[in-house]
Amino acid sequence: MTSVPMTQSSAAERDQHEGPFLQVENLKVTFPTQDGPVTAVSGLTYSVEKGKTLGIVGESGSGKSVSSMAVMGLHDAKSAQISGSIRVGGTEVVGLSESHMRGLRGNSMAMIFQDALAALHPFYKIGGQLEEAYLVHHSSASKRDARRKAIEMLDRVGIPQPDRRVDDFPHQFSGGMRQRAMIAMGLINDPSLLIADEPTTALDVTVQAQILDLLQDLQREFNSAVIIITHDLGVIAEMADDVLVMYAGRCVEYGTAKQILTSPEMPYTWGLLSSIPDVTASTDARLIPIPGNPPSLLRPPPGCSFHPRCVHSSKVAGDLCSTELPELLPASSGTAHLKRCHLTDPVGVYRSEVLPEIAPELVEETR
Amino acid sequence: MFAYVVKRLISGVLVLTLVSMGIFLLFWFGPSSPAQPICDRETSNRCTQEKLAVYEKTLGYNNPVYEEYGKFVKGVFVGRTLTIASNEYPCAAPCLGVSFRTKQPVKEELVSRIPATFSVAIGGAFLYLLFGIPIGVAAARRRGTVADKALVSSFLFISSIPYYLFALLTWLYLTITFEVPLFSDTGYFAITEYGPFKWFSGLFLAWVALGIFGCTQYTRFTRGAMVEALSEDYIRTAKAKGLPSRTIVYRHGLRAALVPVVTIFGIDFGTLLAGTIFTERIFEIQGIGWWSLEAVQGRDLPVVMATALFSAVVLIISNLLVDVIYSVLDPRVRLS
Repeated sequence: MTSVPMTQSSAAERDQHEGPFLQVENLKVTFPTQDGPVTAVSGLTYSVEKGKTLGIVGESGSGKSVSSMAVMGLHDAKSAQISGSIRVGGTEVVGLSESHMRGLRGNSMAMIFQDALAALHPFYKIGGQLEEAYLVHHSSASKRDARRKAIEMLDRVGIPQPDRRVDDFPHQFSGGMRQRAMIAMGLINDPSLLIADEPTTALDVTVQAQILDLLQDLQREFNSAVIIITHDLGVIAEMADDVLVMYAGRCVEYGTAKQILTSPEMPYTWGLLSSIPDVTASTDARLIPIPGNPPSLLRPPPGCSFHPRCVHSSKVAGDLCSTELPELLPASSGTAHLKRCHLTDPVGVYRSEVLPEIAPELVEETR
Repeated sequence: MFAYVVKRLISGVLVLTLVSMGIFLLFWFGPSSPAQPICDRETSNRCTQEKLAVYEKTLGYNNPVYEEYGKFVKGVFVGRTLTIASNEYPCAAPCLGVSFRTKQPVKEELVSRIPATFSVAIGGAFLYLLFGIPIGVAAARRRGTVADKALVSSFLFISSIPYYLFALLTWLYLTITFEVPLFSDTGYFAITEYGPFKWFSGLFLAWVALGIFGCTQYTRFTRGAMVEALSEDYIRTAKAKGLPSRTIVYRHGLRAALVPVVTIFGIDFGTLLAGTIFTERIFEIQGIGWWSLEAVQGRDLPVVMATALFSAVVLIISNLLVDVIYSVLDPRVRLS
């Protein structure tokens, strides 16, 4: 088996490596279709350090999952064209051979998916699926070692009576337990990068909170880099150090969680914030939806891809919004905060028009 | 599981009772008197009203139908002696009657024909599963490619030919036109009497015909189930674990895809075991299918009844087996 030396060399590289564990530069993912190429992700650049959490937010089809699956190398080489650079622990994975990629997948980086009922194999026992994940990267380990490891991981993620539940099938677990088992499977090889793709979407609210707490605990313990993909800004507020807002395959705003949540400068982010229900608001208060639908990636709108739905595009001189794609430039609140928008005074517009609608009580404080 | 099987067996017996009643009633209330065929046969088609009355009386066809059905059921359990005209024919339990043509107990003839039919069914099914499933998996892995499309459309073409025509053409070309030596003498030759080679060469053409035809169908079933399985979320999970593609396709994909294929196979195989009339007739295999065809042509009512009951028994058992196997394959299915 070739996976043994490979595992060791990648582990060694992992330790020697300096800088962020994951560095994505100018990532572009295109799917050729019968109607022409669909560019699902373009010009995406971000990085995640060990021990840090990056939240990726956006609507369905904005490229959140596609970009993360590119990091994991899960796209079919025949149906996806990937360009740019993805460096995992110093190893360039774009163009890496399938056998090398396989040594990294599930080992230095792991992914947990939404809807664990569908993502776990219905015909195999939970324990068997965990053992399989362990054994494929530890070819010298015995079946008994793997089983011990599986029980240990189930215990670690808070499954009661793990030595008994290890022989259960996924359908015998509750929704929250299945997601815990999924997390245990992702972490069984102690990966340095964990990608959680909407890990709480299919769960009810109390279980959501437990799963998020668990992820935070485990991150502290394993000191891994975490990417959490979500469309729930509540999850972002709780989990993320940095936030990447995606729209139509591009990064439209990037910054620390505080910057994105308290001083966003891109109308799409404002729209996301406006569409969160506020439990303290009166029951008559209406949510403010973002008008329109996400654009077709087959024929994306010219200029800024958000302009057809943007209520603030009239504030930009001329037809800049519909002709020219704004660049990702530093925002006014700090150098680490990037935004892709033509508005000349986004802070002013946010304070005078957006904030009074979404959080009137904050308007006084910020003045 | 045990309780479930017992429950299903009991309901199987009930179904069998209903089927036997249905067959008995059809037999009884047919367009002509049930004694007419045997009367015609015994008198060389010079059956008069008086002679017919004798046969009806001795066979009990003047008695009420429930009384005769009772006798039939009793015969199944303890045996009986049948009287036809002036002769008596002993029929040991389980008695299914006496053939109008051979005057032999139907059960004995049925048992003697089972090996031929089962040989055909098992060999044919073995061949079509052996080729159908792997070809289906290969096609699913290459779905959308030219090879996949060519394979699927050519297999669809073969499946669209009526089976009897396909089997007949196979026989015609391989045995008559090209005189392939291996296929020159088709038929069932008991392995105990003629040795394995004769047995094999006699049945081989029937297996090939069943195998090719079944293979085209099972390739399509497997391909469809496999394409569906490979697009499931758990396949993506398996890939994300870093498993090699062989493990992903077979351990995770095929394992799931086999469930619907096994279900279809159970029913199909039951039908094969109950007797394949076309295959047996075309390749001159004296099995249950051939026998039932002869019985229908010769209006041998006890034999027709026995073959119908036999089909019912085989189908009930194969359905039960499918359900049990299904619960073994898919742990989510609970038998109760």
